[in-house]
Amino acid sequence: MYDILNMTALQLGSAIKKGEISSPEVVGMLFDAIEAKDKIINAYITLNREAATARAQEVQKKINSGELTSPLAGVPVAVKDNICTKGLKTSCASKILGDFTPPYNATVIERLEAAGVVIAGKLNMDEFAMGSTNETSYYGPVKNPWNTSRVSGGSSGGAAAAVAAREAVCALGSDTGGSIRQPASYCGVTGFKPTYGTVSRYGLIAYASSLDQIGPVARDVADCAAILNIICGHDSADSTSLDITHPDYLASLGGEVKGMKIGLPRECFEAGLDDDVAERVKAAAEALHSAGAVVDEVSLPFLDYMVPTYYIIACAEASSNLSRFDGVKYGIRGRNYDGLTDLYNTTRSEGFGDEVKKRILLGTFVLSSGYYDAYYRKALQVKAIIKNHFDAIFEKYDLIICPTSPRTAPRLGESLSDPLKMYLSDIFTASANIAGLPGLSVPCGFDREGLPVGMQIIGQRLDEVKVLRAGYAYQQLTSYHKTAPGGELK
Amino acid sequence: MKWETIIGLEVHVELATKSKIFCGCSTEFGGAPNTHCCPVCSGMPGTLPVLNKKVLEYALMAGIALGCRINRYNKFDRKNYFYPDLPKAYQISQLYLPFAVDGRVEYTTRSGEKKVVRIREIHMEEDAGKLIHSSYGDYSYPDFNRCGVPLIEIVSEPDMRSAEEAVGYLMWLKSTFEYLGISDVKMEQGSMRADINLSVRPAGSDKLGVRTEMKNLNSFKSIKRAIIDESQRQIELLEAGGTVIQETRKWDDNKGKSFSMRTKENAQDYRYFPEPDIPPVLIDDEWLKSLARSLPELAHEKRERYIRDYGLTEYDAALLTEKKQLAELFERTVALCNDPKETAIWMLGDMMYLMNRDSVAAEELNIDPYQFADFVKAVRNGIINRTVAKSVFEKIFASHDFNVEKYIEDNNLKQIDDAGRIREAALQVITENPKTVEQYKSGKTKVFAFFIGQTMKKLHGKANPALVNEIVTELLNNSD
Repeated sequence: MYDILNMTALQLGSAIKKGEISSPEVVGMLFDAIEAKDKIINAYITLNREAATARAQEVQKKINSGELTSPLAGVPVAVKDNICTKGLKTSCASKILGDFTPPYNATVIERLEAAGVVIAGKLNMDEFAMGSTNETSYYGPVKNPWNTSRVSGGSSGGAAAAVAAREAVCALGSDTGGSIRQPASYCGVTGFKPTYGTVSRYGLIAYASSLDQIGPVARDVADCAAILNIICGHDSADSTSLDITHPDYLASLGGEVKGMKIGLPRECFEAGLDDDVAERVKAAAEALHSAGAVVDEVSLPFLDYMVPTYYIIACAEASSNLSRFDGVKYGIRGRNYDGLTDLYNTTRSEGFGDEVKKRILLGTFVLSSGYYDAYYRKALQVKAIIKNHFDAIFEKYDLIICPTSPRTAPRLGESLSDPLKMYLSDIFTASANIAGLPGLSVPCGFDREGLPVGMQIIGQRLDEVKVLRAGYAYQQLTSYHKTAPGGELK
Repeated sequence: MKWETIIGLEVHVELATKSKIFCGCSTEFGGAPNTHCCPVCSGMPGTLPVLNKKVLEYALMAGIALGCRINRYNKFDRKNYFYPDLPKAYQISQLYLPFAVDGRVEYTTRSGEKKVVRIREIHMEEDAGKLIHSSYGDYSYPDFNRCGVPLIEIVSEPDMRSAEEAVGYLMWLKSTFEYLGISDVKMEQGSMRADINLSVRPAGSDKLGVRTEMKNLNSFKSIKRAIIDESQRQIELLEAGGTVIQETRKWDDNKGKSFSMRTKENAQDYRYFPEPDIPPVLIDDEWLKSLARSLPELAHEKRERYIRDYGLTEYDAALLTEKKQLAELFERTVALCNDPKETAIWMLGDMMYLMNRDSVAAEELNIDPYQFADFVKAVRNGIINRTVAKSVFEKIFASHDFNVEKYIEDNNLKQIDDAGRIREAALQVITENPKTVEQYKSGKTKVFAFFIGQTMKKLHGKANPALVNEIVTELLNNSD
């Protein structure tokens, strides 16, 4: 008997291909696990059981006939609920979208389906991806499978928790300032945000268009690479998707890390960093050093500007992106309104949660006439400076390694009372979005309370191969990524 | 006191591309509500815009024709505002870097004066949809068919001084875009519309007064009326000791008056910022050069050529080039018959008369240039006389499938040049009308026309008129 739920996506894909297990069996067992665990974890908003079961049977036939050959054919994937799925409710974890059911698929969904991957359900998240703890969801917070009094992280909290709790094999998340990597770190799974433009954003409900990027959340780096192989590539429906030839990311994992030059930013290990986190990440860097990488200290002097720059750009774009939720076309409409302006007011007052409202107000303010130059324009200038600074570092170094987050998963409720602390948890991840760089989070141990710690590996634009290769090499040396949360879920 | 009116125009022109600016939907006018839209142009969550390259091409053609400097680095910006006909709640436009700047338009007003209007900028943007208001109850229904139809907005400097100058400028634009084939420029369908910025100042002053803006006017007539009315309103206000406030006004064509919509204090803050979904578009020199080379000859260029090469009067040349279709018919016919003057005579005379009588627009003209050219040759070579020609031309006007030669042949319409036959007919008329001959001889020479007419009638109108004249004169003067 296979321990299906502890297998990686690639292992499952291979077993399905060999006929050792079938896609419908995997899907069936997955839904049983969800039924058992998700009452506690709350990682899913919508389950796609019926359609997924039918789809698994269909896919299985095509695998048997040799029509489908992708390494992940027949494997179920769960999808963050801000990625549009045709005929399947897509809510962004917001009340305002109501039961919105898109009449189209996001490009990534089209690509997964073409490869025979089965869509299992839609995952919980912070409302409109705004939050770092998954507590802003209209559908309730996601619990951390390692300790259910802790948050999952966010905004792709459902993705990270579901993969960690073995109620998803792998998942798609989205990352605007760390929304894949930070929850992956809190939940002890592997999450990857590719270079901006690697994966089509068509069908991803925008939070901050210039920063958003879809990426995989999975058990290990190999699964991430396999998913990336399927979802990457130019899309004529997204003008910001890059028209380049992508390497086979999975095939390029095995290369050497020997001789790779790795920079450890001094500023990331200064005040504010949890001791256990510092120690685990330094130990991880040491492991790569012993595998032949050259590790040096570097400087990121702009780190203090990262969070303000990120929040100005992200909120400005969000204030515009979220204007379309006006009660006219889809989603909910305010209950009692008198005239057009009141229709907008009631709909948006009732439909959006506090965090979303806060960011819309902030974004509206920084774009308003008289303030634009002082805030938004300045933030774009800082963004350009940060980009140049990274370019300079990557002239000498192949990779940057730092903690994914300054701390491990906080208690539920703790962050909402101290939002500034929550915003600061994005400090190490947001830089990859600001500069459009690829960033990977891999588990690198546990703190004194047994909560997972994540190491972040950042590379130069389009240098995904090196980032994934270093992460893969690290996972060959360690087994943190194989450790499942123990004990009963409470 | 004498006052001077200062006018600047912002003109919106819909580009006639087959598909919309950011998606593949049809731009066709009309259609049942919400049948020409898709998830992108109806603002569904997660959808993204992709620039239609044809829109850029058409826009650049306009920029070149208006003598603008073209920005090689192009960006789009978002203009944010809430309205149900704008499904994304922002319009994708160009604020910071319009694609074309610093142009110049030179034209002649109706009263024959030469005029120059400087162009500040031209930018690309998308059109919004419209609301259909229910005639029962309190409902409005959005129709997104027009959402994403490509527009260019042409912003002039405040260089016009009268309604006539403004209309002249607009007519120049209309004809130019028609010749370029980049817009239908149908004002009644809203594919060309203007916002009027207007202020007045004491004549001789070089300081600009406070201006008002009137939005979305879509006929030459209402533009003219609105300008006259608004400048009058401002002058009366100032002469009575009042002040003009900077505001947006709405022109009501039925009432013939404008009304205040919102003042500067209540002006909307559109929170413009660079559109993150569309990367900057670079225009390469080669493309721009090849577009400039491929630009067709424009109305004013044709007009000059007709005067210079064909010897037409300025007035005739202007009439023939006012509409692209007229100029095309003229040039194709002349190329076949090599007789510009005779062709122009028929187009400006009988054809204009028939178009007017039957309400046929230039776009609906159905005249075959081959038949028209045969006709011109037949007239020039005296194969048919002018009386017969008028009826033949009416046939050419009415049907594309008309063969001039065959028609003349079948109906035996050829001119009678046989002096013997004409003399015979004229003699008959003289014999049959002895009393009239008496009158003529007693000095009532007016009756001469009667003999000409009757002789023509006997020959079914086909006789060579010069010959008839000669023979009748001779017979009347020589008979006793």
